[in-house]
Amino acid sequence: MPAYPAWDADAARALIAERAHLDGAMLPVLHALQERFGHVPREAVPLVAEALNVSRADVHGVVTFYHDFKDAPFAGRVVRLCRAEACQASGCEALVDFLHGRGVPLDERPAHARVAVETVYCLGLCASGPAALVDGEPVARLDPARLAALCEGAAVEAVREMVP
Amino acid sequence: MTARRVFVPRDAAARAAGADAVAAAIAGEAARRGLDLEVVRTGSRGMLWLEPLVEVDTPEGRVAFGPVSRRDVSGLFDAGFLSGADHALGQGPVARMPWMMRQQRVTFARTGIVDPLSLADYRAHGGLGGLHKALAMTGAQIVEAVTQSGLRGRGGAGFPTGIKWKTVHDAAADRKYVVCNADEGDSGTFADRMVMEGDPFMLIEGMAIAGLAAGATTGFIYIRSEYPDAIATMSGAVAAAGQAGLLGDSVLGSGRAFRIEVRVGAGAYICGEETSLLESLEGRRGIVRAKPPIPALKGLFGQPTIVNNVLSLAAVPWILAHGAQAYADLGMGRSRGTLPVQLGGNVRRGGLVELAFGVSLRDIVMEFGGGTRSGRPVRAVQVGGPLGAYLPASQLDTPLDYEALAAIGGMVGHGGIVVFDDEADMARQARFAFAFCAAESCGKCTPCRIGATRGVEVMDRIIAGIDRDANLSLLEDLNQLMTDASLCAMGGLTPMPVRSALRHFPEDFRRPALPRAAE
Repeated sequence: MPAYPAWDADAARALIAERAHLDGAMLPVLHALQERFGHVPREAVPLVAEALNVSRADVHGVVTFYHDFKDAPFAGRVVRLCRAEACQASGCEALVDFLHGRGVPLDERPAHARVAVETVYCLGLCASGPAALVDGEPVARLDPARLAALCEGAAVEAVREMVP
Repeated sequence: MTARRVFVPRDAAARAAGADAVAAAIAGEAARRGLDLEVVRTGSRGMLWLEPLVEVDTPEGRVAFGPVSRRDVSGLFDAGFLSGADHALGQGPVARMPWMMRQQRVTFARTGIVDPLSLADYRAHGGLGGLHKALAMTGAQIVEAVTQSGLRGRGGAGFPTGIKWKTVHDAAADRKYVVCNADEGDSGTFADRMVMEGDPFMLIEGMAIAGLAAGATTGFIYIRSEYPDAIATMSGAVAAAGQAGLLGDSVLGSGRAFRIEVRVGAGAYICGEETSLLESLEGRRGIVRAKPPIPALKGLFGQPTIVNNVLSLAAVPWILAHGAQAYADLGMGRSRGTLPVQLGGNVRRGGLVELAFGVSLRDIVMEFGGGTRSGRPVRAVQVGGPLGAYLPASQLDTPLDYEALAAIGGMVGHGGIVVFDDEADMARQARFAFAFCAAESCGKCTPCRIGATRGVEVMDRIIAGIDRDANLSLLEDLNQLMTDASLCAMGGLTPMPVRSALRHFPEDFRRPALPRAAE
């Protein structure tokens, strides 16, 4: 599980400078910041604005528009559970009920939780649903047992091999 | 003697089912047995219910075994699977599997066969033939070939690709761009992902041809962040193409430049809409632009821009290599060529079926798909993503064709078909259409931004049995308003799944209200 470094203005400036020359550099810059710090730190906004010659409001507007950009880091595992139509047809809402039953919150990142389960709409695994992306790793054919194992921190490869 | 080769997919759908562990186990077992064996990671054949599908080379061609788990590997060796010997998981020669035999693979001819990052593999399987031809043609000739092929945009709108290219070709500008829309956000679609993970050089070749046609020297591929595997493979292929001189200052030594940058989205469905995607590429919120001006005249950074879906661009190398007429000879009516259909949801055999336009939904869902995975009757299929219609089982004889689907109030969209069994509640699906639109609306136009939220509220009242007649009438009013007054397809087509659910499954909107626990 990732442990993100504390805010470091020099490191942030370097990340921004490496990408500022790109055409339409904003998203590459924000992705780089988020990858480094686990979120887009508030302190980075004026640095990005200055480097890209836009207003701080512009940067804030972009950060808050996109679902991916977070305002706080989360050190635990992130399970992005697909809840789009193809996975609905395969029973993803029953998994959501299962999580409710276990008291696992959805679309929240409790500060000290080991796992956060978040809604995502489509991972392109529509013939193998319900599907999830676990810290970027795809897992298919989820059922309550597999989802529970993921929530308890089981290795992704072990969960993939669980016999339904 | 060269090492025997075993092929294990690296497609995300195969990895999600454990393909990495299988590949490692095969390599480990071969080492233990002292066998000289190379494990090649390929894309997926698209038989996703059989993943991980392992293939071996035999004199009769590739022979397949699946679905393989790590635990099966030692037994496969014992049975002599390297020679194609029979085994409980044996599927026989791939070319003789019914799922493959009935397809017309044009865009997906190489996927699942080649190592996606091997340019040598790509050339050996017919790659770069189209680009070589294009380099000997004028831009106008390339545009003419694409026009003659009858290719229409595979992203959903079905606009003739040649006409779009001609507009950019004819526009006078110092800089032009080619933008590949790989923001494949529609649920039920995964063909773009499979191209990028299984045959990325084909997309690169298609974009380079588009650049030659239009006089553009820079291309961008905008890939959604939900596709980490596609991002990695596509980035690797772009880098390899640069090193090999396929991209750069002098494409294949022609003296003509074309470069590609891979850009990653940030979790906004609306960025699949082309003007929103351009805003995002330029570094802003993904807010839809009003058209006109069309992107072909005023697109990325205000310059003339070809914006095409992955599948549209990926079809171009074949068209150039084999001739426009060969492509146009496939299909029906004004829908020419092939459509890679993506079959998913509650289906026994889901995956990728590429066929000439005109095949019936029934053929896809029942013959290829084998009906539902749950074993219950098919109640509905949603065709064309979250903005596509829900069609009842009684309409399964409709052919897959832009005009035929439009005639029954549906659309082909990006070619995704999602199957639902008889436990699906279509009123809930209609509610979801609004909820999805509310979550993903860019917020620029009122019908979409406010209408979607009002739609959720109206559906909640209908489901709860509150003043149903009045609310159903309000729902229709809202549907009409969103259809007529929304700026783009997001708000404009959200009523399509809602109205189709209401038309074909009215009983679901009249069920006795169930007491629901307070949320």
